[in-house]
Amino acid sequence: MLCMTNISKVYRTDMVETHALREFSLDVAEGEFVSVTGPSGSGKTTFLNIAGLLEEFSSGKYELDGRDVSRLNDYERSRFRNEKIGFIFQSFNLIPELDIFDNVDVPLRYRGFGAAERRKRIERVLELVGLGSRMRHLPSQLSGGQQQRAAIARALAGEPRFLLADEPTGNLDSNMAESIMQLLEEIHGEGATIIMVTHEPSLAMRAERNIQVRDGRVSVDAPGLMVANG
Amino acid sequence: MFRYFIKLGSLSIRKNPVLSALMVAAIAIGIGACMTVVNVYYVMNGDPIPAKSSELFYVQLDSWDPNEAVNDDGEPPDQVTYIDATALMAANRARRQVVSYQVGRVIQPEGEGARPFQVSGRASTADFFTMFDVPFQYGSGWDESADRSADQVVVLGRRTNDRVFGGEDSTGRRLVINGDSYRVVGVMDEWNPVPKFYDLTTGDFNDVEEVFMPFSVAIDKELSGWGNTNCWKPLGEGGWQAFLNSECVWMQMWVELGNEAEWAEYKAFLDAYTESQKALGRFQRPLNNSLLNVTEHLEAQEVVDDSVQILLVLAVLFLLVCLLNTIGLLLAKVMRRSGDVSLRRALGASRRAVFGQYITEAGMIGLAGGIIGIGLTRLGLTGIHVLYADLEWIDRVLGMDWVMVLTAVALAILSALAAALYPTWRAVRIHPASQLKSL
Repeated sequence: MLCMTNISKVYRTDMVETHALREFSLDVAEGEFVSVTGPSGSGKTTFLNIAGLLEEFSSGKYELDGRDVSRLNDYERSRFRNEKIGFIFQSFNLIPELDIFDNVDVPLRYRGFGAAERRKRIERVLELVGLGSRMRHLPSQLSGGQQQRAAIARALAGEPRFLLADEPTGNLDSNMAESIMQLLEEIHGEGATIIMVTHEPSLAMRAERNIQVRDGRVSVDAPGLMVANG
Repeated sequence: MFRYFIKLGSLSIRKNPVLSALMVAAIAIGIGACMTVVNVYYVMNGDPIPAKSSELFYVQLDSWDPNEAVNDDGEPPDQVTYIDATALMAANRARRQVVSYQVGRVIQPEGEGARPFQVSGRASTADFFTMFDVPFQYGSGWDESADRSADQVVVLGRRTNDRVFGGEDSTGRRLVINGDSYRVVGVMDEWNPVPKFYDLTTGDFNDVEEVFMPFSVAIDKELSGWGNTNCWKPLGEGGWQAFLNSECVWMQMWVELGNEAEWAEYKAFLDAYTESQKALGRFQRPLNNSLLNVTEHLEAQEVVDDSVQILLVLAVLFLLVCLLNTIGLLLAKVMRRSGDVSLRRALGASRRAVFGQYITEAGMIGLAGGIIGIGLTRLGLTGIHVLYADLEWIDRVLGMDWVMVLTAVALAILSALAAALYPTWRAVRIHPASQLKSL
């Protein structure tokens, strides 16, 4: 489903050339739960941005759902993001002036669904993440864990092909982090494909597969349990 | 999506009330200043008789001094001589035709203690009222037979009828003017064309005269004009008759022509008339007759002078300065919300959607600025009214009509949209990934 072959990403300024990814290759199959770990500056976020079509790459080939994404124009990339990818961010990235219902509504608006369809989807995913009774709460009226649940609901509402999670528990205490992980595992259990960037080996271990990134390359590609051991 | 953009716009405006208020204020002040001047310009430059302005033509003949033009711009004199006016009237070659000039009259109301008062009047031929679509409260104008037999009849302005007859239907009643008794045949309703196109020689924006009488009566009574009388030749001996036979220009002549063919025919007639007069030793200048319609005539006579046009340019420049401020404020707002743009782009918003969102918000700010700007325009017009209270016509610029109100709102929205173009372009260029980590 996600197939990156020899992807390179170079950031250039007048003075400096930085290689964020070097011949990065990765295949993720449908239904996999993949964790991505690595030290700061190793290229995890760049990988995630490219995977999520938020950034373009310098060279290589990236196929998503069978499409060569390098051929997509900006509008098509937006449609792809909207229809096929769900984002979960470390700092939740909810829009503070919108209530939870309207936050989940954002990607559905750009999808062009009618009001009834949007309402049905929003209510379903908010029930799924346990926020059915808090739809009209503003983000500031929720705990960090609840905000991340709302963000997950937003990512799920469009029924994307896969979820990209960037340190989804990074801003949460251990109890809340555990509940979010359980939620992600439940979602994965229902067949979702998830790629999760994390610093936490204990969380990375819970994925089916772990990718370690170092110096912009995949240095280790192993089943999740091996991360804990190794 | 538009309703969604409106919802987002109102949320954004409420989220940044100070910044939004500053933008609305900048647009409102710019619109207020601009529309105040535009309103004055609009009134001064308006079409005073839109239904007929293209059918009414002002007659100008170059009967002036063969050695010196009447003015530098090459235009013929702006009035005609009595000789030419009566000759053209007698020829009767247009659908309608009217010759008139302004006179001063003293009205002596009946009743003990009633004091005489002076009014401006107009001596005119009968077609004046039908040609210029003059509305009547009571009665009507006189007919051509009254012109021919010099009947002592008058049409009164509404104010004079209110003053002398208490606003009653005075048709058939008699009125003493300069010692002579006249029969009232009509009372005009409110009628104040702006500019007073039919006679620009007595003030472009003065009020319509209060007493109208047949041209023939005024000539019989030797009433000289209150307006400009310009002569290039010394008057001969012989008093009033010599004046009538002189080359002095002091009358205004209009004709009504229904189409271009009629215009061409009448113009040819004027030229032929001029040639015939040349044979008699008059009109020694090159052929230079003019037959302009109402709007052309107002333009040729420069009714809106340069100072108003300069003021208009300054007002537009002021609006531009306000818009530059708005651009800066919008830019600041967009940059503050770059995280929001990044997030929406990540969630699937296309550049077009981001553009739509921000341009809608700018339109809402423009609408608010326009509405407040209308209030400021009224304030500005009130200020002009106070400053120029001595000008009677200034009353008329106070009322903004719907055209001006809608123009103000449209200008405000367009201004805001124009101001928003660059900041919105910056917004759509924000990279989806650029701000997500820092949100």
